[in-house]
Amino acid sequence: MLAKRIIPCLDIDRGRVVKGVKFEDVQDAGDPVEVARKYDAQGADELVFLDITASVDDRPTLFQTVEAVARQIYIPLTVGGGVRSCADVRALLSAGADKVSINTSAVENPDFVTEAGDRYGVQCIVVAIDAKRVSKKKEPPRWEVFTHGGRRATGLDAVEWAKTMVRKGAGELLVTSIDRDGTKSGYDNELLAAISSAVSVPLIASGGVGDLEHLYQGLATGGADAVLAASIFHQGTYTVGEAKKYLADKGVRIRL
Amino acid sequence: MASVGIIDYGMGNLHSLGKALERVAGGTRVVISYDPETLLKCDRLVLPGVGGVRECMRELQRLELNQLVIEAARKKPMLGICLGMQVMLEWSDENGGVPALGLFPGKVTRFPDPPETGALDRLKVPHMGWNRVRQTRQHPIWDGVPDDAWFYFVHSYHAEPACADHVLGTSDYTKTFACALARDNLVAFQFHPEKSQNTGMTLLANFVQWDP
Repeated sequence: MLAKRIIPCLDIDRGRVVKGVKFEDVQDAGDPVEVARKYDAQGADELVFLDITASVDDRPTLFQTVEAVARQIYIPLTVGGGVRSCADVRALLSAGADKVSINTSAVENPDFVTEAGDRYGVQCIVVAIDAKRVSKKKEPPRWEVFTHGGRRATGLDAVEWAKTMVRKGAGELLVTSIDRDGTKSGYDNELLAAISSAVSVPLIASGGVGDLEHLYQGLATGGADAVLAASIFHQGTYTVGEAKKYLADKGVRIRL
Repeated sequence: MASVGIIDYGMGNLHSLGKALERVAGGTRVVISYDPETLLKCDRLVLPGVGGVRECMRELQRLELNQLVIEAARKKPMLGICLGMQVMLEWSDENGGVPALGLFPGKVTRFPDPPETGALDRLKVPHMGWNRVRQTRQHPIWDGVPDDAWFYFVHSYHAEPACADHVLGTSDYTKTFACALARDNLVAFQFHPEKSQNTGMTLLANFVQWDP
């Protein structure tokens, strides 16, 4: 049977790996090729690159980074950040990405997801959803979709939006809790479970991992198909191998 | 100099496949081309592909590559990967039903869709990620690859070959399905060896050296 996936995430800013807290306070965390090679050697199941600057001027830098990594790493690579057109999708796939992640532009133009999925196959279209809890205490939980790196509210309900995106042709969802991102307090498992039980495509959990139990809870409680983490791996708190062993010992089906 | 040609009909990421083949090719030259004459000169061919089957067959026909594939399949070692494997069957249910190349009898059909809402552990489509491959018979392509090794899959449709002898390996997802096929000088994988780390590299190296 299919294994659950462990996915280190590399936030990329002008050709460097960086890590921020709650989408801010960005710090340098290394050279993308070196970091990617390290995770590959540790047994990462996939890698995700998010270009967090995504300014038009820096696109050639991103393509060079993707090419350099894809030349050396033989596991799937997802690249996101500033993907706005089919030309962007094609350019990233040509540079060596296996999947592209679409976020803001999916909100601005939901049909773009359909168009990209039709042209390049839904399996390479990941829709990233950045969600923030907007319900008050004692209310039933409710989350809103934010764009532009978590800065702009959309008014969209995150669970309904996830269902819309799957209908539009998303092959996979990458769900980040803005509240949890960088806090090391664990995924928002209620958010994950609400979306995972409402859609029929794989779900990647993101935002908030501080220890290995958080990964387990994302899979077991959140119902995610894959768990993404950045700082616990970048800071060397745990290796990917240690994470996989922890999960396997808890009975999760893992590629060891 | 021996050469392996990757058939480039505009469907998907040939970069990683090209790099992976170059890494294992030894003295073999890796050629990526959509030109039938260039490809016909290659000693062996790879038919890759991601995306939808209708677009895939349309592009193969537009570039006059479908006949090339059918002819080359009679005499050269040929490897199909993912959608490249699926179009080697006679028919695919995808995109409302599309006739394919017919190099293997049988058809391609969709995994049963899970209920749209429900239990967290229901099996979702696409089948995406690492799964084990059971080797159902011996073949030089498996040399050095342990049985039940992990390979990377991403697909919503799978082959249902009509001839059990053509099945080289199976995997389990909602059911047991054929994920590796072979006959004569053809071999085909549903999974992506170029995305399956060292085990995938071994398969590609075996293909480059295979002398059927």
